[in-house]
Amino acid sequence: MKCEVKIKAEEVNFYYGKKQALKNISLEIYQNQITALIGPSGCGKSTFIRLLNRMNDLIPHTRAEGKIYFEGQNILGDNIDVVHLRRKIGMVFQKPNPFPKTIFENVSYGLEINRVKDKKRIEEMVIDALKKAALWNEVKDRLHDSALTLSGGQQQRLCIARCIAVEPQVILFDEPCASLDPISTRSIEELVLELKKYYTIVIVTHNMQQAARISDFTAFLYLGELIEFGSTEKIFTVPKEKMTEEYLTGRFG
Amino acid sequence: MLEEEKIVSLKHELINYANLVEGMIDKCIKGFYNKNKALFTEVIEQDEPRANELEIKIDEICTALIAQYQPKGKGLRTVLMSYKINNDLERMADHAVNIAETALSLIEVPSLANFLQEVLKMAEITRGMLKDSIDSFVQENSTLAEDVCKRDDLVDNLRRANRREVIGYMCAECALMEAGLDILRIARNLERIADLCTNIGEDVIFMVEGKVIKHQKAKL
Repeated sequence: MKCEVKIKAEEVNFYYGKKQALKNISLEIYQNQITALIGPSGCGKSTFIRLLNRMNDLIPHTRAEGKIYFEGQNILGDNIDVVHLRRKIGMVFQKPNPFPKTIFENVSYGLEINRVKDKKRIEEMVIDALKKAALWNEVKDRLHDSALTLSGGQQQRLCIARCIAVEPQVILFDEPCASLDPISTRSIEELVLELKKYYTIVIVTHNMQQAARISDFTAFLYLGELIEFGSTEKIFTVPKEKMTEEYLTGRFG
Repeated sequence: MLEEEKIVSLKHELINYANLVEGMIDKCIKGFYNKNKALFTEVIEQDEPRANELEIKIDEICTALIAQYQPKGKGLRTVLMSYKINNDLERMADHAVNIAETALSLIEVPSLANFLQEVLKMAEITRGMLKDSIDSFVQENSTLAEDVCKRDDLVDNLRRANRREVIGYMCAECALMEAGLDILRIARNLERIADLCTNIGEDVIFMVEGKVIKHQKAKL
């Protein structure tokens, strides 16, 4: 499979104070593909995904080394406009976190802060985002109800709509189904597979079967190191590294 | 890709494989009718390597399906049966090659025309069994699968009758011993292909109904 590289990490190290959380990670994220990061707790997968849109900047006493290229620029550089970066590389979190506003406002909020003024245009973009997030049919008659009246699965899809409304190129999912039931999980998984047509996707998951089901590429991290990266089919059938095999078969981690 | 979509693509690959094997049997039949050695050579040199490639590809799809999706219930039965059908198709392709190799010399012997007609009748029935067994798999049609299993007896009976006649002929005409053995070999290979079609029929019944009918021919 020949894929275009969307994000390229080169020898990335990351420290929380003195503790090194990522060790020399080099990894390519391919365009319009789903890349899953798996590994036991503390392996660095969430740290890595949060580096991709500089969310770790919000944590004091942290330091990153190395380079992560996106659109030809090193996004770890000092001259990066992180607000602009986060619009291009959006994020969906473990727990659905809608704003205590209406369904419509949750999606339009990002557009307004990105200075989209035309109300008709905002409405079109909100509808388009809700449709892409497979939520439109469920909320079209209650757009001005509070987002907090939605179920957990709907709230998560609303957060996805909020993320895609600002037209990102990459979406980062950090354990997006961790707080959802199996039916909502399935609908999010189906949605992620659909979104791959439009966006590059990186997903962190504890659920190995979820990574196996939906991703095209899988990276296995352990104690801050990238142990193996490859096509999901190969990683789950014939992993090259003994440690990957042991993790997949539940012998450690 | 969703599990359901992956299973659909697995079925497509199996249909392609079955079409290839059916085409190999068809070429053997046409080769006899038209005394066309090129068709036998095509089976041996072009179709068999392709059949081997497809077998490996389908094996890999089944393995990935189990590893990535952990199918359950009917999904699991479909993947497991696909593994077996894949193996059966590969064996059938080998039998078709055996037939083609034997036929290359046999079509030069004109006095065996009568026996060949019977063998060709077996081949026609066998080809129909293969087509219907795969149709029953694709359509998840256990009635058609059961019908395939019943047709195995027709092929067995034809083979037995043919065997008696050819042996009689060989006893009378020692010079044609080698040709007679070749006909027996072809009939044997066709009978094995029919057996493998029966296996597919049994697998389809298990896949659709979860019912094991293997080794229970009398109950059909």
